[in-house]
Amino acid sequence: MSASPWSLPFNLLVELLVAALIVIGALFTALGSFGLLRLRDFYSRLHGPTKATTLGVGSLLIASSVYFSRLGDGLSLHEVLVAVFLFITAPVGAHLMAKAALHLRVRGQTGLPPDDLLNGPDDGTLDPSSTESSPQDAKSILKDASKEKG
Amino acid sequence: MTDLLSGAGSTGAILNGALGIALLLVSSALLMSLARLVIGPDKPDRILALDTLYVNSIALLVLFSMHLGNDLFFEAALLIALLGFVGTVALARYLTRGEIIE
Repeated sequence: MSASPWSLPFNLLVELLVAALIVIGALFTALGSFGLLRLRDFYSRLHGPTKATTLGVGSLLIASSVYFSRLGDGLSLHEVLVAVFLFITAPVGAHLMAKAALHLRVRGQTGLPPDDLLNGPDDGTLDPSSTESSPQDAKSILKDASKEKG
Repeated sequence: MTDLLSGAGSTGAILNGALGIALLLVSSALLMSLARLVIGPDKPDRILALDTLYVNSIALLVLFSMHLGNDLFFEAALLIALLGFVGTVALARYLTRGEIIE
């Protein structure tokens, strides 16, 4: 077998591609769970599983799609379905968990979230004095406009 | 291990090594998520650990199906993804609202 990679057999190229995707995906998956275990507070820990682990599982599913497309007859697209579903649902789940943590007033250690979010009303929204300023301004603008008309 | 992959028509040595490394890494990821599930100081930490556990189990199932050369595991992976998402949403809604179905 010659030294040029372009003259390698096709099966070996597919195997190298699948092996590289598998190792990269497993590394990202393990790194996400390591971040979940070792980071300091909840808002930092939310980053590891929702980004690194999802990306790693996506890489594993692409590797599996390539492998079973080579092994079977045609394209194997079940894995793409699982990957699309995971990529859609991971941000939704992370958003709901962050809202639950804000609702329970979980304290971070890095200055996040700001005190406006933690000391605000029950549903974890912003400070009412800062959010209601713009409607008041709009009302006063409307009043001024009506005065000018009258 | 190689006789299970004999239908692949490839040599399989590199792939078997990569699958071994990946199974080890994903299993350690499952153990780390389980540790966070046990020691998690707050309730959202435990929900996040459960979420990570089901995503890791999907990864382990995919790796195992490649190890066996059998693509009948993807319906199971899709079911785990679906029910895991529903479970995460239900638990987070329970912490936020106090009840799941209003």
